[in-house]
Amino acid sequence: MQNNIVDIEKEAIESIAQAKSPDQLEKLSIKYLGRKGVLTKFLRDISSLPIEERPGAGKNANILKGKLEAVIKKAFLKLEEDADKGDAGVDVTLPGRPLQMGSLHPITQVAEEICDIFLRLGFDIAESPEVETDYYNFEALNIPKYHPARDMQDTFYVSENIVLRTHTSPSQPRTMEKGKPPIRIISPGKVFRCDSDITHTPMFNQVEGLMVDKNISFGDLKGILTTFIHQFFDKETSLRFRPSFFPFTEPSAEVDIRCVMCKGKGCRICSKTGWLEVLGSGMVHPAVFEKVGYDTDKYTGFAFGMGIERLAMLKFGIDDIRKFYENDIRFLGQF
Amino acid sequence: MKVSLSWLKNYICVDMAAAEISDELTMAGLEVDAVEQRYDYLDQIVVAKVVEVKQHPNADKLSVCKVDVGKEDLLQIVCGAPNVRQGMSVPCALVGAVLPGDMKIKKGKLRGEVSRGMLCSGSELRLASDASGIMDLKGGFVAGTPLKEAMNLTDTVFEIDLTPNRPDCLSLIGVAREIGAFTDPKQNVVLPDFSLPEDKIGNESIHEYAKVEILDPDLCPRYSAGLLFDVIVKPSPFWLQEKLESVGLTPINNVVDITNFVMLETGQPLHAFDFDEVARGKIIVRRAGGDTCFKTLDSKDHKLSSDMLMICDGDRPVALAGVMGGENSEISDTTTRVLVESAYFNPVSVRKTAKKTGIATDASHRFERGIDPEGTVNALNRAMSLMAVACDATIAKEIIDEYPKKHTSVNIDLDTNALNTRLGTDLKAGEIKEILEAVEFGAEQTDENLLKITVPSFRVDVARPEDLSEEVARLWGYNNIQTSYPQVPAKGRSLNPTIVLRKKIRQIMTGFSFFEAINYNFVNEKSCDWLNLSKTDKKRDVETILNPISDQMSVLRSSLLPGLLETMKKNISQQEDTLNFFEIGKIFYATQKGELPVEQEKVAGLITGNRCDQSWYSKKVGVDFFDLKGAVQGIFSTLMITDVQFEKTSHDDYPYLKKGESAVVKSGLSIIGTLGKIDGKVLKNYGLKQDAFVFEFDVKTIEGLLPHAVTAVSLPRFPSISRDITIIVDSSVTAGQITDQVELIAQKEKLIESVFLFDVFEGNPVAEGKKSMSFRVVYRADNKTLKEKNIKKLHTRISQSLLNEFLADLPE
Repeated sequence: MQNNIVDIEKEAIESIAQAKSPDQLEKLSIKYLGRKGVLTKFLRDISSLPIEERPGAGKNANILKGKLEAVIKKAFLKLEEDADKGDAGVDVTLPGRPLQMGSLHPITQVAEEICDIFLRLGFDIAESPEVETDYYNFEALNIPKYHPARDMQDTFYVSENIVLRTHTSPSQPRTMEKGKPPIRIISPGKVFRCDSDITHTPMFNQVEGLMVDKNISFGDLKGILTTFIHQFFDKETSLRFRPSFFPFTEPSAEVDIRCVMCKGKGCRICSKTGWLEVLGSGMVHPAVFEKVGYDTDKYTGFAFGMGIERLAMLKFGIDDIRKFYENDIRFLGQF
Repeated sequence: MKVSLSWLKNYICVDMAAAEISDELTMAGLEVDAVEQRYDYLDQIVVAKVVEVKQHPNADKLSVCKVDVGKEDLLQIVCGAPNVRQGMSVPCALVGAVLPGDMKIKKGKLRGEVSRGMLCSGSELRLASDASGIMDLKGGFVAGTPLKEAMNLTDTVFEIDLTPNRPDCLSLIGVAREIGAFTDPKQNVVLPDFSLPEDKIGNESIHEYAKVEILDPDLCPRYSAGLLFDVIVKPSPFWLQEKLESVGLTPINNVVDITNFVMLETGQPLHAFDFDEVARGKIIVRRAGGDTCFKTLDSKDHKLSSDMLMICDGDRPVALAGVMGGENSEISDTTTRVLVESAYFNPVSVRKTAKKTGIATDASHRFERGIDPEGTVNALNRAMSLMAVACDATIAKEIIDEYPKKHTSVNIDLDTNALNTRLGTDLKAGEIKEILEAVEFGAEQTDENLLKITVPSFRVDVARPEDLSEEVARLWGYNNIQTSYPQVPAKGRSLNPTIVLRKKIRQIMTGFSFFEAINYNFVNEKSCDWLNLSKTDKKRDVETILNPISDQMSVLRSSLLPGLLETMKKNISQQEDTLNFFEIGKIFYATQKGELPVEQEKVAGLITGNRCDQSWYSKKVGVDFFDLKGAVQGIFSTLMITDVQFEKTSHDDYPYLKKGESAVVKSGLSIIGTLGKIDGKVLKNYGLKQDAFVFEFDVKTIEGLLPHAVTAVSLPRFPSISRDITIIVDSSVTAGQITDQVELIAQKEKLIESVFLFDVFEGNPVAEGKKSMSFRVVYRADNKTLKEKNIKKLHTRISQSLLNEFLADLPE
């Protein structure tokens, strides 16, 4: 019996030393130390020994148990170490399996940015139809039939009195007809003009704005639009308000910003003027209020409109407006 | 409209730099588009001193000259002028110069003699009329001095982009008036002499020869006319040609040039008739009525409509009123008697005629916008005075001035408080008065805050106090108005749910690696055919554009798919053939004629190419129906719309989708849209060679399916157990049918948590016409860990029900 434990030890240590894998070690661990293992059996068989040998044999078996546990643990660690040594790992320079985001169209991105700025200023979004009646597109905006101002916009017609809207301004009378002041809305959307060349696409996007209340002044118009320009470009962007003409505002103003390319020195983008026209605006013409039944003595308001493509071109340095509607993935992927 | 600074100075004193004038004009609302230096064309012309003149050996009339142009060497130039002599200072065009008429000066030989430049006459340089010899500069100029400098030739031409509300500035005097307002508000424009020269007036009165009758005073409130005798038609004097050329007009003859000159000066369009062609000396202003065609002086025939206003003589029309004269009464070289018309025509009437005939002239441009109704006689007198001199003519005594509809001057009571409120300014009534008077408004202060304003007759754009607020604001300076911020109530508002949904869909789609496309709303008129749509398909109710850019853009889209297919094609032509696109936008259905079309917002997507490109870990794998379906299911699950069914469509309903590979997507009774593979014929119609899978959903319908609120469910506390079932069924049985059957049982048995398909197999050893399908059923209880015995009966029941329901077999 005494020999037996020595044999067990010898055999166990040898086979552990020869184990090549964690699996084999695990099996050996079970073989010697498991519930039905060699040592367990040995301890169980101790009762068959003469009584005086029992304590010694039990002690030896328990020592061997502890020893084998330690040896196996060590062998495990050694196998791990060996494995680490020999393992080249992965080629981390191989390309990963791609998870790619798509992208929003640059026009959408800029439109959302513009809307977000005005939402923060307390404006609501009010959309209106893309196909409009002559009334909302022109008449209600103080542009009667045969007014030369109609030349300012080449109109697509679907019938005598139905047009593709030439601007987002119809949202003004449509919104005012639905409610009373105070009104504070912006209205983004597509507009259409029959014009197609390097600087014009027959469809483009605008954002309209309208604010109507008591005591709204031209100074307020300047304040809101200055804030907008500073948010959209940066706080250093200087701007100027220049008299212009829109039939539905009086006074009317174009808003120019210092050329973002040349900082006002004069370049191709700003036609050497140092200024870029970015917005049309003005105080709502009383004739427009009269059409929607607002009291012109009580209320004043301002309106403005801007071309999203123009702002996007300035923001991203795009030089050809047609790029927006070619939907070339190599273009779209840049934004 | 172009104006030159030197011409403007005839009417106003201004000593600002051109750049400053340009800025000020722009800031007063007359946007200067371009500023040109008029004499830039003389850049290569210098003063030359003639040092030596010799007879040309091979030509009698030519001289060979040596001239000093300030360089080390003298230049040899061959000259044909008779007046060339030694010691003379003359303009010399150097090699490289381009003279008016696009004459390029090159180095060359004239009859064997080298010539390196050209000595110029005044006429060749458009500086004088004399063409008989080279220009003698007299004075002691240093040779080589640029001619512009030597002769002090500076003039600036401003190109002004006028807004339609300012016809008063379609004239030199009008622009000068504006310049006066910002240089010295007290300074008025200096008007030309509008009286007739006594010594040029003959003894015979116009009334003995001509008569004007206005039959339509609404369309022609005023018609003034004068008559000239003994007119000699010839080229205009140099000063007049030069003025017209300075603003880009081509001189024609003295009579026509003067009408143009006076129009540019005063803004009043004039027309000159050959009076000998005016039948019976009669001018009748009336609508065309029965006259149906008319030949204008540019020899083009025009169809008349009965309401067009015509100028007629005793027999026939002689001019399209306010638009263009007729060939029949045009000024010719032999004209001796001229009737000059200076009238006011109704702007709308002129615009209608111009639009219908497709003619746009300087005259119609001004009449459409509204000229000064009080200005006809002044312009008429000015033109006749000039003609009397330039055409050696005699002016008939008296003029005709038919004025049936007198202009009434516009008076406005201006409340200066209201004006200040509108502008956000704090201007005193006196200041406002001064500002308005600077542009010739009459202003009388009647109270502390009240002005009585008289609008000058040439300011047709000003009718109400708000218009005056613009006058005040622009002249005070928009940029001098204090910036302020409106006070607004802090009131809660919520965004329109459609806008929120749209934004969410965009987020989901980009997250699923789709790129957003924006296509034109108009598509090819053949789009419906290309989509294989049946004759009765609703998508054929397209709205057609009456004046499209081209056939490719002539109808409003009734589906987003044509745009996406075009987008696919364009990208493939750029060698980009794996594409995921989506678009959100409106589609349109025509309704009744004259009514607005129906606009519906759709979201559509297209995928084509590879799910997985060739790579180190995978072979190239093409996309299929289930890639798109996965994306679509992802959209709905992200939007928390759980109740969505996919049903096979009938090919007849959606002929642009491939038969058998398309589905209609529903939730309960509402149809959300379709998805599927594009039919092969449609691909061919679009010139596409690779498969594409598309979906198109209605945004409003999706919006209606959104959950109103999201409530959290507590997580299970006990583990689940799963059991699989594999059955052999007929090939026609769908996965959906089987899961539905299990769901049916699950409705009563709350231990069934979920069921899903994890394998489908057709082919050996499964018999032909059959397939094997494997499902996993997940069981879970909310109060204990389930054991085999808890579910054994239930699981057998499910298997049995599937076997019975679908006449299925168990695998061998």
